[in-house]
Amino acid sequence: MHKSIIWINLLIWYREAIFEKRYLNNYLNGENNMKKLLSIFAVAAFAFSANAGTLDDVKNRGFLKCGVTTGLAGFAAPDDSGEWAGLDADMCRAVAVAVFGDRSKVEFITTTGKSRFPTLASGEVDMLARNTTWTISRDVNLGFEFVGVNFYDGQGFMVPSALGVSSATELDGATVCIQTGTTTELNLADFFRLNGISYEALPIETNDEGKENLFAGRCDVYTTDASGLSSTRAAASNPDKWKVLPEIISKEPLGPLVRHGDHQWGDVVRWSLNAMIIAEELGVTSENVDAQMSSNVPEVLRLLGVEGNYGEMLELSNDWAYQIIKQIGNYSESYEANVGPDTPLEIARGLNALWTQGGILYAPPFR
Amino acid sequence: MNEMNEVRKPPVATTGIIGWLRINLFFNWTNSLITLFVIYCLYQFIPWILDWTIFSADFKYNYLGEQITNQEMCSRNLDPENGGACWAVIYVRFYQFIYGFYPKVEVWRVNVAYAMLALALLPLLYAKLPYRKYFLYFTYIFPVIAYFLLNGGLGFTEVSTNKWGGLLVTLVLGCTGIALAFPIGIMLALGRRSKLPVISMICTLFIEFIRGVPLITLLFFGMVMLPLFLPEGIDMDGLVRVLVAVTLFQSAYMAEVIRGGLQAIPPGQYEAAKSLGMSYWRMNLLIILPQAIRISIPPIVNTSIGLFKDTTLVIIVGILDLLGIGRGTLADTNWLGLSYEIYFFVSLVFFIFTFGMSRYSLYLEKKLKTGINMGAD
Repeated sequence: MHKSIIWINLLIWYREAIFEKRYLNNYLNGENNMKKLLSIFAVAAFAFSANAGTLDDVKNRGFLKCGVTTGLAGFAAPDDSGEWAGLDADMCRAVAVAVFGDRSKVEFITTTGKSRFPTLASGEVDMLARNTTWTISRDVNLGFEFVGVNFYDGQGFMVPSALGVSSATELDGATVCIQTGTTTELNLADFFRLNGISYEALPIETNDEGKENLFAGRCDVYTTDASGLSSTRAAASNPDKWKVLPEIISKEPLGPLVRHGDHQWGDVVRWSLNAMIIAEELGVTSENVDAQMSSNVPEVLRLLGVEGNYGEMLELSNDWAYQIIKQIGNYSESYEANVGPDTPLEIARGLNALWTQGGILYAPPFR
Repeated sequence: MNEMNEVRKPPVATTGIIGWLRINLFFNWTNSLITLFVIYCLYQFIPWILDWTIFSADFKYNYLGEQITNQEMCSRNLDPENGGACWAVIYVRFYQFIYGFYPKVEVWRVNVAYAMLALALLPLLYAKLPYRKYFLYFTYIFPVIAYFLLNGGLGFTEVSTNKWGGLLVTLVLGCTGIALAFPIGIMLALGRRSKLPVISMICTLFIEFIRGVPLITLLFFGMVMLPLFLPEGIDMDGLVRVLVAVTLFQSAYMAEVIRGGLQAIPPGQYEAAKSLGMSYWRMNLLIILPQAIRISIPPIVNTSIGLFKDTTLVIIVGILDLLGIGRGTLADTNWLGLSYEIYFFVSLVFFIFTFGMSRYSLYLEKKLKTGINMGAD
């Protein structure tokens, strides 16, 4: 079992105990005993949704609290002026724009792989956009709700070109640098077992450590998500000396998540992401968005709030999607600026291209 | 014999530079071999490190004279033959390293706080300071001033601790932890040696529990578990939670250090104080503690330095201290791959502070002559 899941279960258990005492009597008054027992689990869920009305909380507070990573190239990292930049940072800003119409109304809370879930569960942040893989246990057992995918990642391998390996199946007996306590560790074990080959693990804590170990030749292979490999390769003094192998051995759909039970807030975050994807699909960019206000495509008009009252449904202003596109841009703009081929990371669109362009990025219709 | 006795000089071989060299570096052949080997290593290493850190390094401009704004413009990335360290990253990010994300318009407050910290430390560092008493009063109220100055209130706009970072967080954690842990540690140490079983048991339990778990566990507890125990609506600041954890941790260690000092005081001192009719507190404050603390200076400074370095662990709970800002910088696509420069700079800053602390403890030891064999006769 994943380390942090055990940790979270412990937390849920504690929280259950506390809330049971406080709320059980009011909550279950008049119910029969059998039902009471069964409902303890419902109370646990209730405990997590105790902040129901996150949207109102955010509006009253005047800014969004968004959990991001402490620094991952292309996803979230402070730039030279101290502003957070990256794909995940844009996700946070898009939600802030949807709620307030102002991209600066967001406070970034840095979280680590270990602290991210408790931080969200305890209500310290309203949402997480922290390159977090959507898995069944996180979605169901931890009491969170993944509202979409803003980056399809997958675990890959990087080796020195001089090693002369062209496929990961040739890596029998290799020393592999692997981050401990992550899903990548488990994927690696599965992959090598499936292919009947052996490896020696060199445990590391951070991406940086993996990079240094690989560059110094202490391990033959470095494995992590493909996006991480790209940033590692970009950091090398001579990127051509390193090669990313073609095998992608896992599905790592990374996306924003919120607490279970507050569907209104979940909808706001989900559609903030979808609006960016739909905007790309419709060819609406931050530059042409004003011109598109008089477009003759019905879905564009619906998206930009010229027609329909979709903003009202979400309890947002009607131009929320217009503001997102105007201030942040569509998905493609955010992608190209942060991780795309023109950035040092040079990550091709691949799976993250629209479904119409060979990828799997697909947002439900805006109607 | 009435010839004047000639005053004979010591042999040339034992005085002056030559004598010093012979005694210290070339005493016998193994000694000489080691000396030559070390000289050879230094000869190989020092020019290289000087070249890398200073002579071929970029400070703000690369060798083409352009101002460096990202790692691709560093001389060594333009031409691997031609360039050493790329300090431009430190130059560009200096603000973040020192203040974190503190708003630029309010940053004078941090500067004032830094200056006041120096002023508050002055009477502690320099005993012969004129009007030292008044300076000490300032030192006592400094934490209150610093709180309002940094955090806001009393007419200052509030700056949430989420915006603090870099050296600011490192210093706040280190100074508060060390300053608060000292009195708490003394109380715990006295408590543990107390003859009242309840007090001694509580103190012992506390110390053993805190010492028995790693700092990371305490940080996690403070960061993750505490909010779940607190009632809804009470929002304890993240930095405060970490401060509590750090202070508890440090006070347990401090308590044991001071207890060591207390145990070294011979029973005669206690008996003498008691026979003069002193109360428990007067005895401890006037007779026992001054001696005990004096002989515990080296381990006190030791644990303080340890704590100062341990503050880097707060990255685990998502607070960006000096090291955290360094790592964040490394995650910026503009500055990928400059880890040597950043880690070098961070360690240099830490070294300056910890070395300062250790020099100060040496100065104190010399001043208080702790080396004497006190009371043992």
